[in-house]
Amino acid sequence: MTDPDPESALDARPGLQKRTVYEMGTAPVSAEVGAAVFDVEHVDVRYGGNLAVRDISLRIPKGEITALIGPSGCGKSTLLRCLNRMNDLIDGASVEGSIFYHGENIYAPEVDPAEVRRRIGMVFQKPNPFAISIYDNVAFGPRLHGLKKGLDDRVEKALRQAALWDEVKDKLNDSGLALSGGQQQRLCIARAVALEPDVILMDEPASALDPISTLAIEDLMRQLRGHFSIVIVTHNMQQAARVSDRTAFFTVDMQKGIRVGELVEYDRTETIFTNAGDERTEAYITGRFG
Amino acid sequence: MSATLSPEREHLSLRTIDPYTRRRKQRSRFVRGLLLAAMVVAVIPLFLILIEVVRRGWPAMGWEFLTQVQPSGRTPGGGYVHGIIGTFYMVGFATLISVPVGILAAIYLVEYGRGPLTGIIRFFTDVMTGVPSVFVGLFIYALLVRQIGFGAFVGGLGLSVMMLPIIVRSSEEMLRLVPEDQRAASAGLGARKWQTIMKVVLPTAAPGLTTGAMLAVARAAGETAVLLLTALGSLQVVNQFQGQPIASITLLVYRGARQPFAEGQQRAWAGALFLMVMVLLLTLSARYISSRSRR
Amino acid sequence: MSLGTEQRPFDPTDLRATGSARWADPLFRTISFAAGISVLLVLGLMIGSTTLDALPVFQYQGLVSFFTTSEWNAGSSRNELTGTYGAFAFIYGTLISSLIAIMIALPLSIAVSLYINRIAPKRFRTTLAYTVELLAAVPSVVYGLWGLLSFTPAVLLPVSRFLSGYLGDVPVIGRIFEGPVPNTNYFIAGNVLAIMILPIITAIAREVMAQTPADQIDAAYGMGATDWEVMRKVILRRSFPGIVGASMLGLGRALGETIAVAMLIGGQQRWGISIFFAGQSMAGHIASTFQDAAPETVNALIAVGVGLFVITVIVNMLARVLVWRIGRVAGDAAL
Ligand SMILES: Nc1ncnc2c1ncn2[C@@H]1O[C@H](COP(=O)(O)OP(=O)(O)OP(=O)(O)O)[C@@H](O)[C@H]1O
Ligand SMILES: [Mg+2]
Repeated sequence: MTDPDPESALDARPGLQKRTVYEMGTAPVSAEVGAAVFDVEHVDVRYGGNLAVRDISLRIPKGEITALIGPSGCGKSTLLRCLNRMNDLIDGASVEGSIFYHGENIYAPEVDPAEVRRRIGMVFQKPNPFAISIYDNVAFGPRLHGLKKGLDDRVEKALRQAALWDEVKDKLNDSGLALSGGQQQRLCIARAVALEPDVILMDEPASALDPISTLAIEDLMRQLRGHFSIVIVTHNMQQAARVSDRTAFFTVDMQKGIRVGELVEYDRTETIFTNAGDERTEAYITGRFG
Repeated sequence: MSATLSPEREHLSLRTIDPYTRRRKQRSRFVRGLLLAAMVVAVIPLFLILIEVVRRGWPAMGWEFLTQVQPSGRTPGGGYVHGIIGTFYMVGFATLISVPVGILAAIYLVEYGRGPLTGIIRFFTDVMTGVPSVFVGLFIYALLVRQIGFGAFVGGLGLSVMMLPIIVRSSEEMLRLVPEDQRAASAGLGARKWQTIMKVVLPTAAPGLTTGAMLAVARAAGETAVLLLTALGSLQVVNQFQGQPIASITLLVYRGARQPFAEGQQRAWAGALFLMVMVLLLTLSARYISSRSRR
Repeated sequence: MSLGTEQRPFDPTDLRATGSARWADPLFRTISFAAGISVLLVLGLMIGSTTLDALPVFQYQGLVSFFTTSEWNAGSSRNELTGTYGAFAFIYGTLISSLIAIMIALPLSIAVSLYINRIAPKRFRTTLAYTVELLAAVPSVVYGLWGLLSFTPAVLLPVSRFLSGYLGDVPVIGRIFEGPVPNTNYFIAGNVLAIMILPIITAIAREVMAQTPADQIDAAYGMGATDWEVMRKVILRRSFPGIVGASMLGLGRALGETIAVAMLIGGQQRWGISIFFAGQSMAGHIASTFQDAAPETVNALIAVGVGLFVITVIVNMLARVLVWRIGRVAGDAAL
C-alpha cells in the first residue's frame, strides 16, 4: 500500500467516483447522500493509546438504513459506539476527529453525552431488557426524562412500532425477561423507540436470534425505515443486502503488524453487492456467499 | 428513495437543555460529590487509628517494652513481654492445631466431598465465622476451664476454634483454583489420589493456603474476648502449658486502656502499636503472596 | 504408555495395591473426612456444652423472664441459683448499639461501594477497596482503645453533646437524644461498631453490585441516563437483596462484637431510651463481669451467651441465604 493521495481525498465528493479503488484514508465522504444525519469526519479511535480505527469519514443519510460490514475486529462496533458517545463509558477510549449530527459536533466540549444518547437510540447485540415488567421497560426512557402524562400511549405506540404490541398487550406487567429472545430484542427496540429518537443504532441486533426472529427484526427495520435513520452493524451479508440502503465496508489493515480498522468502501448497497469497487470488498462478500 | 422520509422533525441543538434535564445532571453531579465525600469519610478512621497508635504508642515502645513485664501501679516504664510471650505461645499452638485440621477439612470438601454433607459442612463453616468470639470463650470455659483451669492450652484451643472456619473457607477457595487438568495429569501418571493431593494440589495451592493461614493468624493475634475467658491474663511471664493464667498483648491493652493513670494507658498504646504492626505485616504480606502467585 | 528407561517415573507395579498403597488412600480420605466433620463437631459441642450450663438458669429464671425483664442481681452461690437474672437491659443494649451501627454503616458502605465500583478511576479501585478492607484487620481491642482514649473525646463526645443539645428538647423524639451525655454510651459504641462493620458490608455490596450485567448498564446509559440514574435504577435496584444480606452479615458482626463494645458502651446494668445512655450489651456484660462472677453467675452469663449465639446465628443464616446467590465473597473482610 502507498501513502494516501491527498488529491483523491479532495475529490471524494458525492457520486463522483463510484468504483474507484480508494487508498486508506481516502474513502468517499458520501455517495449521493442528500440530507445527512451524521457527517463523520476523519475519526480515529484509540483504546488505551492503541489505534483501533483510522481516519473514518462517511456521511450517513437521513431516514435510510445504513449497514456497516466487515471482518471481525475491523471497528464496526467501535464506530457505531462513537455515534452516540457510548465510547465515553469505556476507560481509556479516546476519539479524534469530528462527528456532526445534523451539523452539530457531538464531541464538542459543551455537549452532554447523555443528551446525545437520548436523541440517538441504541439496540445491542444481546437482548438486554431490564428485569422489570414489559411496561416498565418501555417506559424506562420516557420516565427518565420526566414524562409522566401520556405514558400509556407512549408505551403502546412504541410497542406497536416495534411490532410487539399484539403479542404482549395482555401481559404488560409480566417481566421483560419472560419473553422469547426475538421478542426481547423487539422489546429493546420498543424501549429505544419510546424515547422518540431520530436515529437508532443497532449492533448485530439479530446475531443472537433464530432465523425466524431474525426475519421479524428485519421486517421491523424496514417498517421503521423512513421514520428513523438506522445504522446497523451486521455480519450477515444477506441481511445487509436485504435491509440496507447503503453499505460501508471496513477492513483490518495489518500494516506494520498493528491491526487497525479502516473504511474501504461506502456506497449504495446494490452497488457494493453487485459491483464492488474494491477487490477486498468483493472478496469479502463473495467469500461470505461461498 | 427517500420518499418515505418522516415529516421533517426540527433539529433542536444538543446544547439546548431543558430545565428538567439540567436538574437531573446537577443531581448526578451532586451525588458523585457525595459519594466521593463518603469515600473520604470511610478511609479517615483507618488513618486516624494508624496515626494515633503510632503517635501515642511510639514513646513507650522500645527495648524495655519488649523485654520487661508491666510494673505495678503508677510506675512508668516496663513493658508487655509477658503478653508478647503469651500471644506467641497461644497463637502458635492454635496455628499448629487449626492449620492442619483446616486444610484437611478443605481437602475433604474439595477433593472427596460428595452429596449433602459437603454443603452442610460448608454452610456451618460460614455460620461459624459469624459466631461471637465471647461465645467461643464461654464454650471453652464451660467445656474445659472449669475442669482444668485457665492456661495457654485452653487459650490456644479457643483461638484455634476462631481460626478454623477462616482457614477452611480460604483453603477451600484456593484448592478449587487448582486446575482440574493438573489433577488429571497426575492421575494419568499413575499417582494415587493422596499422592496427587500431596504432590500436585497442595504445592500448587501453597501460596493461597499460606495467605489464608496468615490472615487467620492475624485474626487470632488480635483476639481478646476468647482469651479473657480462657487465658484470663497474668502479670508475670508464664511458660506453663496449662493450669496457670497467662497474659496476652490484647488482654494487657484491654486492661491498660481502662487504667486511670497515664503510664498504664501509654503502655496500652504501645501494645496496640505492637499489635497493629504485627497484624498489618501479616495481612499485607498475605496480600502480597496471593497477588504474586496469581500472576 | 511408553516411557524412557533412564528414569522410572512410572512402574506398572505401582498400580497394584500392595503394602502401603493399599491403605494409604482410604486412610488419607478418612483423616480428611474427620477434619471436615470436626467443624460440625466443634459447633455441636459448642452448642451442647453451653446449653447444658445455661439450661438450669433458664429454668430457674424462666425463659420469658430471662429475656424480658431487666433486673440483674448476680448471686454468689457455688452450687445453687440465688440471684435474679433478667437480661433484657443487655439485649436492648446489643440491639440499639448494633442498630445505630447499621444505620451509619449501611449508607456509608453503599456510597463507598458505588464510588469504588463506578466513579473512582480504574487504577485506584483495588487500592481503595483494599484500604477499606484493612479496617477489618484492625483488632477490636485497638478499636476499643482508640475509641475510648482518642476518637470519643475528640469527635464523638462533641458530636453527641451537639446532638443532645439540639434534639434533646424536641417534643417526641427528644427522649431519644436526651442528655446528659456520659463518656461512654450506646451511641459511642454504635459509631465505633459502624467503622468495624463497614468493610464487610462494603466488600459484599461491591461484589453484588459488580454482578450487574454490563449490558443493562449500557442500556440505561444508551437512553441518556445520568451516572446517578444508572446507579439507582439499574445497579442498586438489582443489588437490593444482596445489600440486605450484606447488612445482615454486618449486623451479625455488630451484635457479637465484644471487646470494643465492652469498652465503649457504658457499663450500667440497666437500659435507657436515650441513645446516650451508658448501658450494657450482652457480649459486653459477659466480658466485663465474668472475672468476678460466682459459679452460679457464670452460668447465667453462659445463658446470656446462648441467647446472643441464637440471635447472631439466625441473623447470619438469613444473611447467608440472601447472599447465597452471589456465591461466597472473596477478600479478607468477609472472613
Ligand atoms: N473496550 C475495548 N478496549 C480495548 N480495545 C477494544 C475495545 N473494544 C474494541 N477494541 C478493539 O478495537 C478493535 C475494533 O473492535 P470492534 O469491537 O469495534 O470490532 P468489530 O468490527 O465490531 O468486530 P466484531 O465483528 O467482532 O464485533 C479491535 O481490535 C478490538 O480489539
Ligand atoms: Mg462488534
